[in-house]
Amino acid sequence: MAKVLMKGNEAIAEAAIQAGCRYFFGYPITPQNEIPAYMAKMLPKVGGSFIQAESEVSAINMVYGAAGAGGRVMTSSSSPGISLKQEGISYIAGAELPCLIVNIVRGGPGLGGIQPAQSDYFQAVKGGGHGDYRVVVLAPAGIQEMADLVIDAFDIADRYRNPVMIMGDGMLGQMMEPVEFAKKEVTISEKPWATIGNKEGKPRNIINSLFLDTQDMENHVLKLFEKYKEIEKNEVRVECYNCEDAEIIIAAYGTTARIAKNVIQKAGAQGIKVGLIRPITLWPFPTDVFKKWAEADHVKSFLTVEMSMGQMIEDVRLSIKDTKPVHFYGRTGGMVPLPGDLLKEIIKIRGEK
Amino acid sequence: MAKVFEKPKALTGKPNHYCPGCTHGIVHRLVAEAIDDLGIRENTVGVAPVGCAVLAYEYFNVDMHEAAHGRAPAVATGIKRVLPDNVVFTYQGDGDLASIGTAEIVHAANRGEKLTTIFINNAIYGMTGGQMAPTSLLGQVTATSPYGRSAETEGHPIRMSEMLATIEGTAYVERVSLHDIKNILKAKKAIKKAFEVQIAGKGFAMVEILSTCPTNWGMAPAEALKWVKDNMIPYYPLGVKKEVV
Amino acid sequence: MAKVTFNEELCKGCELCTTVCPKKIIIMDRERINSKGYHPATIEEMDKCIGCAFCAIICPDVVIEVEK
Repeated sequence: MAKVLMKGNEAIAEAAIQAGCRYFFGYPITPQNEIPAYMAKMLPKVGGSFIQAESEVSAINMVYGAAGAGGRVMTSSSSPGISLKQEGISYIAGAELPCLIVNIVRGGPGLGGIQPAQSDYFQAVKGGGHGDYRVVVLAPAGIQEMADLVIDAFDIADRYRNPVMIMGDGMLGQMMEPVEFAKKEVTISEKPWATIGNKEGKPRNIINSLFLDTQDMENHVLKLFEKYKEIEKNEVRVECYNCEDAEIIIAAYGTTARIAKNVIQKAGAQGIKVGLIRPITLWPFPTDVFKKWAEADHVKSFLTVEMSMGQMIEDVRLSIKDTKPVHFYGRTGGMVPLPGDLLKEIIKIRGEK
Repeated sequence: MAKVFEKPKALTGKPNHYCPGCTHGIVHRLVAEAIDDLGIRENTVGVAPVGCAVLAYEYFNVDMHEAAHGRAPAVATGIKRVLPDNVVFTYQGDGDLASIGTAEIVHAANRGEKLTTIFINNAIYGMTGGQMAPTSLLGQVTATSPYGRSAETEGHPIRMSEMLATIEGTAYVERVSLHDIKNILKAKKAIKKAFEVQIAGKGFAMVEILSTCPTNWGMAPAEALKWVKDNMIPYYPLGVKKEVV
Repeated sequence: MAKVTFNEELCKGCELCTTVCPKKIIIMDRERINSKGYHPATIEEMDKCIGCAFCAIICPDVVIEVEK
């Protein structure tokens, strides 16, 4: 299949359709509007159903219904809209339903701005809704990866009957890059639990997250956490770049990881060995990989770079238990770190010894 | 002798948790009878949100979704889009439909979703212990309108049937009551009709059922039914508010 | 002749059935209580029953079966 020049948002929508997604329920919010627009145009052509819901709250509940009926379904939004969906996401996790949720993050808090940011990390990874639950969170760093991860996201969601989030940002959503769609055969697993109507003699299918009996509720949560342990074992994805003899390792994902690679080249030219650990799954977090590199003698310190005031840094420090210093450099509110500034930061850190 | 009356197949038969004399039990049976009469049990999916009827998935002998408070029409929309040939209904209370879920019911109707909504209007929040609902009458004393609901501060009771009747996507909406045998039988006819409208694909259908809450009204069941007749019906007139033929 | 059977365990003693019986033959059995502690509805003069099923129609708990 030939490469096509496409916006990140549209690549997500096209990949979803190719992954067999036939239901999209969303609501307008910048900077992700191209996703619902693309779905509104393309889904009807493949016999799918698109609804611009009356609110993000309704949209996520439509996703809940469609997923419970066995549909391959997704929604997308941006930061404030994702906040509105948190109750629904908790229900979807509680009722063990598969779906894809796309967050094209923008500066916050509050109404914030419409420029790229990563300040929704906590909301996505630490569970923005109520109760003990987890959402698998994938963080692409380019348009091709965005498209590839959409297809994987649906499979992970079905395999574990759990919501999966793709966390991009305003830049990744709006910029264009050549992308190739694998157009591979899509097999959607059977869903015997879906509410397609209770045929005679069969047990009824009930989509529910209510457990008034307290011991039943605890047992249910423990069952969810057995599943999460499996996900942590099988689904961690991470890229290590130039770490072999690095003295400083940058921890960054998405857009900031791209900037880090640029700066790593510049630093290398000045004889400063810098590496990058790029989590592709923000949950499950690549804890072991950070631990491994922290034990390497040549690694003197870590530098977490985020478009926020520092959120992923907590998971980096938890992973290595502060055995090595973890510095932070970030811009927020929609500001994007400049390579030059990041390089100055590295030189400053190196000088501090 | 032949059986003249028995439990409908579309009820599981599990004893319900409703308070003695609560009309939820009657409506559950009427809905189940309609499903049996239309022979659609194996093809029906129900959505019951938070409220006294949150456990309805234990009582309706059909595939069910338990939905978040106010969101049943959205959940049902999602189901119907995936399963257009199934019959999908929501069973909602007045706090659910007329308060937190107003947007969802208005827009489901406005999209002409082919759904059937059973709307229980008992002018109070039952499950949470008797708070004022958007349909509580003026002067009605509740846990959150202890001095009696006043239009000045709490506004007027909402007439959802009339409101939804103004929406193009609505194909059928009727308000009924359960205060005597004649009206219970009329309610059954309306419920069956609301399912038929969906099956015929005409659009959104709703039956608003004036109901009782003996416990939180502080009345005996029979007295509560009389209160419906004497106080609710004057403000909530019965009858068909819209019918697309 | 008609026959009404009460599944007494399901009765919550709400008495609604007693208010609609055209023959006024449904009474609450004050001598007994079911496992939930309610006096169940009952009929002593079954011969007067006309099998109209009004009692079953208003019963919120499907306690009543009617044969005719």
